[in-house]
Amino acid sequence: MRELDVTVVTDAIAEMCKESNYFLGQDVVDALKNALEKEVSPAGKEVLRQLLENARIAREEEVPMCQDTGFAVVFLEIGQDLHLSGGDLTEAVNEGVRRGYTEGYLRKSIVKDPLDRVNTKDNTPVVIHTEIVPGDKLKIVLAPKGGGSENMSIVRMLKPADGYQGIVDFVVDHVEKAGPNPCPPIVVGVGIGGTFEKVALLAKKALLRRLGQPNANPYYAKMEEAILSRINELGIGPQGFGGRMTALAVHIETYPTHIASLPVAVNINCHASRHVERIL
Amino acid sequence: MAAIKLTTPLTDEDIMGLKAGDSVFISGEIYTARDAAHKKLYELIEKNQQLPLDLQGKIFYYVGPAPAKPGQVVGSAGPTTSGRMDAYTPAMLAQGLKACIGKGSRDEATKKALQEYKAVYLAATGGAGALLAKKIKSIEPVAYEELGPEAIQRMVVEDFPATVINDAYGNDLYEEGRKKYSRK
Repeated sequence: MRELDVTVVTDAIAEMCKESNYFLGQDVVDALKNALEKEVSPAGKEVLRQLLENARIAREEEVPMCQDTGFAVVFLEIGQDLHLSGGDLTEAVNEGVRRGYTEGYLRKSIVKDPLDRVNTKDNTPVVIHTEIVPGDKLKIVLAPKGGGSENMSIVRMLKPADGYQGIVDFVVDHVEKAGPNPCPPIVVGVGIGGTFEKVALLAKKALLRRLGQPNANPYYAKMEEAILSRINELGIGPQGFGGRMTALAVHIETYPTHIASLPVAVNINCHASRHVERIL
Repeated sequence: MAAIKLTTPLTDEDIMGLKAGDSVFISGEIYTARDAAHKKLYELIEKNQQLPLDLQGKIFYYVGPAPAKPGQVVGSAGPTTSGRMDAYTPAMLAQGLKACIGKGSRDEATKKALQEYKAVYLAATGGAGALLAKKIKSIEPVAYEELGPEAIQRMVVEDFPATVINDAYGNDLYEEGRKKYSRK
């Protein structure tokens, strides 16, 4: 059985915190450039130019693109033939975030109690989702999530009779209501199916896909296109100043569901769509 | 849509010259304040107690900057969502606050108060924190240092770019922009 010391996980996470906050993904840079070409509103174009310039400054100076360096959300896919040794895995992940956010001059945005609201001062604890998978590797995805866009999320238990159209209308209406708040141009993660908690996770996982890569199922790929085109007809535009480029992409993830249910979740990401991956 | 240079402190005349959709470039002093600082100020106003700063003619910037790297004046410093401050904003405007900078929609009570007290709501580009930090020339604490990124700080800015969303005439760029470009 392969052994992996958890301190290796800590080191990787610390680096990933900085990387995800400093460097805008090339897929996002390409999408923003494409949006700049397509946008017709002058105010919208100016916003897109500022975001590209912002990404350049962040990359060159190794500073966070956004002051909201997010809640550190970590996805671990642990190979069942891998033995993690040398300490507590959860603590190793937390230590990575503690180190990454401190060394990287990233903002500490976590409060210990949702009502007491005293800052933990090191951006921990982390939200960790683990999955046991075949193999002997450890795949880590770190996705720092900003509060402004996360606040614009929703789960709704639709009726099976609502069907395709019900889902499209629900997602588009929700994005319309969110308006300028989640920092458009946005990336829209949609979960369909599963249970109440599963569908929220699907929507979050949808945000981890390379930008604009369609769902493998052509039916859902078309649905992604249909929702994206309706969102971009709302007129919200970059930062909500009016325009056509409200969303850069819509990603759908699905899961089997109960005969009585049609859960749908929407998780919105700001333009930065931060996520990085390592395989150890 | 005009590009207008503003220098602090702001006067009623400055405010009445602004229309939703105008681009502004602010130079002078702006004050950081977000959720926790607003709550504290609001409680003092309710108790009729003195505030740690005079709000007359001032601008609030809804921001919780990232820590400064060595050699930086301030870390990334883009706007946070303004709607969370709605509950407190009319009371701040009544104290003489002339503008606030954030991102995202305001509620009806805030928009009405902007008209009543002759003030404006401005948006800076959310997510452009690294770029906006370059416009900040100095920063010093004013109050509530224990709040960390939520403390009130005085920033001296030069040509800080923002867009007028809600002017003192009741116009709203978020609504107008949407109407203009909607193809629903």
